[in-house]
Amino acid sequence: MILVYLIIILMFGGLLTWIVGKRNPLACRWISLLAVLTDLVIIVAYWISIYDKVEITSKQSWLVDIQTQWIPQFGVTFHFAMDGLSLLMTVLTLFLGALAVIVSWKEINERVGFFHFNMLWLLAGILGVFLSVDMLLFYFFWEVMLVPMYFILAIWGHENRKYAGMKFFLFTQLSGLLMLIAIIGLYFIHGNNTGQYTFDYFALIGTSFSGTTGFWLMCGFLIAFLVKLPALPFHSWLPDAYTQSPTGGSVILAGLMSKTAAYGILRFVLPFFPDASQVIAPVIIIIGIAGILYGAKLAYAQTDLKRMIAFSSLSHMGFILVGIFSFQALAYQGTVIEMIAHGISISALFIVAGAINARTGSRDMNQMGRFWEQIPKMGGITLIFVLATLGLPGLGNFIAEFLILAGAFQTNMVLAIIATLGLVASMIYALVILQKIFQGERKKEWTLSDFSARELTVMGSLIIAIVWLGIYPQPVIKTVQPVINNMKMQDDAFYYENRYQPENYNSSEVISQSGIDEYASGGNIIFNQSSALPVKEIYTEPSAATKRGAILFHSTETPYPVTVGSDGGLIEMHPTNMFNYQLVYHSSSSKKGGVK
Amino acid sequence: MIKASDLCLLLPQIIVAVAAIIVMLSIAIKRSHLFSYIFTLVALAIAFISIYYVPAETSATSLFVIDGFGLFITGLIICAAFIVTLMSYHYLKVQEIKSEEYYILLLLATLGSVTMVISSHFISFFLSLEVLSVSLFALIAYLKRKDFAIESGIKYLVLAAVSTSFLLFGVALIYAETGHMDLAGISAATTANTSEGFLLVAGLALVIVGIGFKMALVPFHLWTPDIYSGASAPVSAFVATVSKGATFAFLLRLFYGIGGLKNESTWLSFAVIAAASMLIGNWLALRQQNIKRLLAYSSISHLGYMMVAFLAMNQTGVNAAAFYLVVYFVSMLAAFGTVIYLSDKNGEAINVEDYRGLFWRKPLLAAVFTVVLLSLAGIPLTAGFLGKFYLLTAGASAGIWTMMIILVVSSAIGLFYYLRVVAIMFSGKKEIAPEAAPTPLTLIGESSFPLKLILGVLFILLLWFGIYPSSLLSVLQQMISGIF
Repeated sequence: MILVYLIIILMFGGLLTWIVGKRNPLACRWISLLAVLTDLVIIVAYWISIYDKVEITSKQSWLVDIQTQWIPQFGVTFHFAMDGLSLLMTVLTLFLGALAVIVSWKEINERVGFFHFNMLWLLAGILGVFLSVDMLLFYFFWEVMLVPMYFILAIWGHENRKYAGMKFFLFTQLSGLLMLIAIIGLYFIHGNNTGQYTFDYFALIGTSFSGTTGFWLMCGFLIAFLVKLPALPFHSWLPDAYTQSPTGGSVILAGLMSKTAAYGILRFVLPFFPDASQVIAPVIIIIGIAGILYGAKLAYAQTDLKRMIAFSSLSHMGFILVGIFSFQALAYQGTVIEMIAHGISISALFIVAGAINARTGSRDMNQMGRFWEQIPKMGGITLIFVLATLGLPGLGNFIAEFLILAGAFQTNMVLAIIATLGLVASMIYALVILQKIFQGERKKEWTLSDFSARELTVMGSLIIAIVWLGIYPQPVIKTVQPVINNMKMQDDAFYYENRYQPENYNSSEVISQSGIDEYASGGNIIFNQSSALPVKEIYTEPSAATKRGAILFHSTETPYPVTVGSDGGLIEMHPTNMFNYQLVYHSSSSKKGGVK
Repeated sequence: MIKASDLCLLLPQIIVAVAAIIVMLSIAIKRSHLFSYIFTLVALAIAFISIYYVPAETSATSLFVIDGFGLFITGLIICAAFIVTLMSYHYLKVQEIKSEEYYILLLLATLGSVTMVISSHFISFFLSLEVLSVSLFALIAYLKRKDFAIESGIKYLVLAAVSTSFLLFGVALIYAETGHMDLAGISAATTANTSEGFLLVAGLALVIVGIGFKMALVPFHLWTPDIYSGASAPVSAFVATVSKGATFAFLLRLFYGIGGLKNESTWLSFAVIAAASMLIGNWLALRQQNIKRLLAYSSISHLGYMMVAFLAMNQTGVNAAAFYLVVYFVSMLAAFGTVIYLSDKNGEAINVEDYRGLFWRKPLLAAVFTVVLLSLAGIPLTAGFLGKFYLLTAGASAGIWTMMIILVVSSAIGLFYYLRVVAIMFSGKKEIAPEAAPTPLTLIGESSFPLKLILGVLFILLLWFGIYPSSLLSVLQQMISGIF
């Protein structure tokens, strides 16, 4: 129930702030902060309580699971579950959420109640995205995030807020609807295959597709996530939304919303479409690398401080894509740390930008300069996060990007080397922030006040987090490792093993019966079209508990799935690369025979 | 011969018809706005209750078929008519004109609609269509002092007459080919005769013109914005919901009944009409400054969405269409209710600019309208989302992916103008307070408790269906039978 409480506290707190807001803005801010902090305490306490029980080699990744009926007519349930990944994301959400509430303390003075209502519902939506394991429920929260974010952007944003809000909403909504089509498609294909119509995540994993259907469905999901991330061709909403948003909104947008997309790819795209994602991986890695370099270049060219930070985010999101689609354990670890470290560092930079904007009323870096003399504390703190952004060892981002590149190197050396150039590029734009604002020539006379105690608390907690992540990332890795153990891996011949429920199929006994032992090769498979296909190699899975086989041969002609001989078993086709297919044979539990 | 038990089957229709006559007689004796109003409400309520006593799945005469689908839509229409009546009273009261006849017309139009949804014969369809249309001519032009009211009435009259003549000619052609005017007979004739006769296809095409006009599907939509903005808001609400919904219901019955959609070219022409309605409806709404015209174009696109369910040609499609119809009714009634709320004696709040800063002046009303717009746009937590989801499910079950993608793209276009109105309601920060002062006229909504109540109920329904639709879905699945 803990997961439901987390969301209910936020939603209830949101309603309360709206009611209280008119009479007493201060009380409303406190209520909002308390609601988020309560959640944060609950989840951190929970994390500590389970931390020792997490086994780093285990594949048992799910910690909490609750499910009740919601819309039985559609097979939709109210299903929340949490594993290490969603636990970390929940902690990050509430941590940054609390900071977003605090930085809005002085900045938001109009319609405070409604602002905090939106803020808390936004956080509730994000938590819902991280926690729901029913696809329709997930989509629900995915969209619930949108509306409050739109309001925050369009009501309390900067000068061009309407345009930015509209653009943000249209991009994310259209891509989200494509995902909805993909979800419904998945639902029907699974229903037609098994007769069980459900939106449940665990049931939908392992759905098999014929032809290119899986690929197109994956594209529906992927577009939604790439837009939200955002990745290169879909990023045009990013500079406007990130720049025009009030500071609290920027923190949520850059720090959390982009992570929901990365989370979505890890949680849904890879498990649902292991084969199709393998096929598209090179494309996505190239998109990621292009984003890294292009984002860095654009960031360097900006004069608007928030726009620059926005493009730096585009650059870092490229690393996340490279990390995910390398399919390496190291890269997965790096991706998860990058999600957290980037969330922290980008939020810190946006808070600095917000603080400077509050003091000068400007975001134009060409009008600033030599601020260090007047506000050394802000300068020093900015330095830390600038260094984090450019990947200085000892800070979180370094660990993340190092692990991602190390993982990617194993998959594709050339691309990994090109991606490494991004680190050099980030150094240039990141140092420009410091140079133009805090060093250089004084362009204008400003009267500036340094960070207040409130702001120092915020920045202090961010510094602790980023340094902790840089020096001792072990708790994060340990928490998320069971999840990574279940992830699709590049070099795993049996990566699909999790996709078939043992009770549906019993294994490769047929293969051994027909006289072909483990890892034997040669022979033909007879299909019921009575054509024979040459078998190159046959594997059977080493572990005895879930005996299953794989048959490798060169053919792209065979339709999928295929009934074998007189048996009722299935052959599944998995592309290993553009030309080769790996066929996995499942005999149906009641029948035998088939492979010769 | 009609027996007494057959009369029982037509109970809702008979009650509405009798109520219209009683209101008419009462006017002859003594004019009383309040009496006509209350009596109409009571009659509609009784008609609604009587639906429970009608046994489903029987054909009353050769003209009518009483099935679950028909009863469901009948109930929906009567509810909508009830709500329109409630919204009309104060609206008419401030106009200070003779308003008793309005209720007769409203009842007659409702009668036409509820008869249409159970028609199973071209004759009964045509009669009910005419009862509906003729009362609508008068209703649209009812507030004759209002700008453009007469013009709208005439426009509707001319266009409806033209489209009806198309329809009649189509019916004649179908009759010439098959020798039947009842749907069962046509169906039997077409299945017996496997070669699709040219006259039959031509006849169906002409029938599509007639029905397309009533449903305002592109390219038969040209009247819609003018009528919506010219007619008074309650009548616009009636046209948008009852008249369109009834015709849509008959469309389902007609084409599923005679298997017309199995013909490739008929299906394709409907697909083109649906796609055009979705895209063009939303496209034309983009730059609208008049909220009633905006709603008109929006309703065109929503009928286009429903056509996707129609094109699915299966039971899921019928259920999805019925669900979406409910959602659409609720949203549209609430939208026009908001327009009425903000109207006063001198006119209606038809300009988008009238809504500037509404959130800071009337937060509750603005919250209602926001939810309505988000529901029309299909954002989760509102009923509109689940409606759209159901439509997509129906589309996916039939594998019509192209239509689904068009639906998605056009609803993203639609989002633009719904959001624009929402943004306007939330903008206008400080300049509102002094300008609000020199309008001494009280808004209709301020003096009308029923209107507030209605808006509240519709608001709750939108959220309820959006968050917990199981109740509506189970009613739907229990009731809807027989059409497919």
